Amino acid sequence: MMTVWTVARLTIREAQRRWILWAALLLGLAFLVVYGLGFYEMQKDIQRQMGSGIMARVGALEFHSFYGLAGLYVVNFLASIMAVLTSVDTIAGEISSGTVHTLVSKPVQRREIVIGKWLGFAFMLTLYLLLMAGGTVGIGYIIAGFLAPNVLRGLLLMWLNVLLLLSVSLAGGSVLSTLANGVLVFGLYGVAFIGGWVEQIGSFLDNATAVRIGIVCSLIIPSDALWRRAAFEMQSALEGVIGGSPFATNSVPSPFMVGYAVLYTAVAVALAVQLFRKRDL
Amino acid sequence: MSASLAIETRNLQKAFGEKLAVRDLSLQVERGEVFGFLGPNGAGKTTSVKMLLGLIRPTQGESRLFGMPTSLPAARTRVGFLPEHFRFHDWLTAAEFLRLHAELYHIPAETMHRRIPALLELVGLEAHAGKRLRTFSKGMLQRIGLAQALLNEPELVILDEPTSGLDPVGRRLVRDIIRDLRHKGTTVFLNSHLLSEVEITCDRVAFIKHGEILRTSTLQSLVEGELTVTVRAAHLNPGVAAGLEHWSKNVRLDGEHLSLTLKGEADLPEINRYLVAQGVDVYALTPEKVSLEDLFIQIVGTDGGL
Repeated sequence: MMTVWTVARLTIREAQRRWILWAALLLGLAFLVVYGLGFYEMQKDIQRQMGSGIMARVGALEFHSFYGLAGLYVVNFLASIMAVLTSVDTIAGEISSGTVHTLVSKPVQRREIVIGKWLGFAFMLTLYLLLMAGGTVGIGYIIAGFLAPNVLRGLLLMWLNVLLLLSVSLAGGSVLSTLANGVLVFGLYGVAFIGGWVEQIGSFLDNATAVRIGIVCSLIIPSDALWRRAAFEMQSALEGVIGGSPFATNSVPSPFMVGYAVLYTAVAVALAVQLFRKRDL
Repeated sequence: MSASLAIETRNLQKAFGEKLAVRDLSLQVERGEVFGFLGPNGAGKTTSVKMLLGLIRPTQGESRLFGMPTSLPAARTRVGFLPEHFRFHDWLTAAEFLRLHAELYHIPAETMHRRIPALLELVGLEAHAGKRLRTFSKGMLQRIGLAQALLNEPELVILDEPTSGLDPVGRRLVRDIIRDLRHKGTTVFLNSHLLSEVEITCDRVAFIKHGEILRTSTLQSLVEGELTVTVRAAHLNPGVAAGLEHWSKNVRLDGEHLSLTLKGEADLPEINRYLVAQGVDVYALTPEKVSLEDLFIQIVGTDGGL
């Protein structure tokens, strides 16, 4: 257990020392500033142009919901990229540079190294997501008093997506070179991404085959399904009915898909441990 | 297998796909020994060392450190290791680096706080404790790597090419540390192709080529036996040289120079008397021990294991 803790701290310290952590936080803040300024300006317009009738209230709510989901969509994307970019090199890089030899030749279990790294990255990514998604939600609340429905559930799904991608990237890094691992994880991410759109459009056109293709893509890697479930949870009631917004969800991944994503993450971690344990270093 | 041995391997084999990196390694290193592992580049030395440390899984055979299978992490508790090339987490400072590895050895905090400054002093880096390893020269990396290998006061230290590419100062440091370890009764396993190092430091050596041990011997018996004698003299002739074959099977005459190999020093005075009696004017008669390098070439061959 001690070793897991040591490796987790080492991982966090490396991110600090190499300016990864600071760059992410700084640019994250920049994102929030732009998001907040935009929200503020548009909110002024809404208040000026609309009266206080019921239609105006509905219109404002739709705008807040749309803008809020757009913000979280970008946060989800950034957090996904961050999960992969930060961890893609952590095992593969240590193996290719040889720094792993001094670690593994100590009286430690190899799984402690993998778990320690996972925890270190999970901690930093959680912090990042809290800052970004929390900031996005907080800005809407402060400026317009807007809070999306089920926001906590939505954020938890986004969190699961980040942990899933991290786990896949660690598993890949235990057997592949840094570059091959990056290609693998982003490739999978791309499959899920386009699969999500195929499913959406298929559902809109009532094309069952297209929907099925989308579901198969979600089974290959359920990262995009998690976002769509999160967006579904957080969309306004009206959006759910009329649709049309690019963030509105027609075909909603079921709770089973969420369960599948949890299992998928657990299997990826187990695979990372197993592959690294067997690897000749 | 015996727990009294520091290292013991039996028929250890490692194949990478089709290629056999280590064919059949059976090795016994006693506690307290300084053991040299010699062989040309690509002979399987580093692969063997990695198998001892659990970095690489053997395809066949077994290996133990202090009687414990090397597949168990606990087998490495009393082991210090300096990997070749000295590649470390270079964004850490020297002191942080040692603290990290002390933690991985599960060394208690008080012990760690006492030992780290002492080790930094031992390797002459106390003034650089707060500097990042990125700024270190190769020699400094070797020093911090050595300190790292001694953190747990090991009973066995494994050094993989600890001096290759280093200046004489760095080589001297390694030699001094090995000598200190020997005094303390620590077992040292030195993997090297720098024969002069081995000649100075080791008690026993194994010659390895193509992943197989060709010969294991104490250094003393290796280099004690044969002598090469060169004679510089006037009035030498083939007749005189032929007479020397009474003592040596290997006599060569080349103008004023004569060389022959002997089993030991005992015959030298008699050979001198013989030469003088034959009317030869002897200017020099120089016995030389066979160098480890000569032996290396003799045992391993000149093809370098290619």
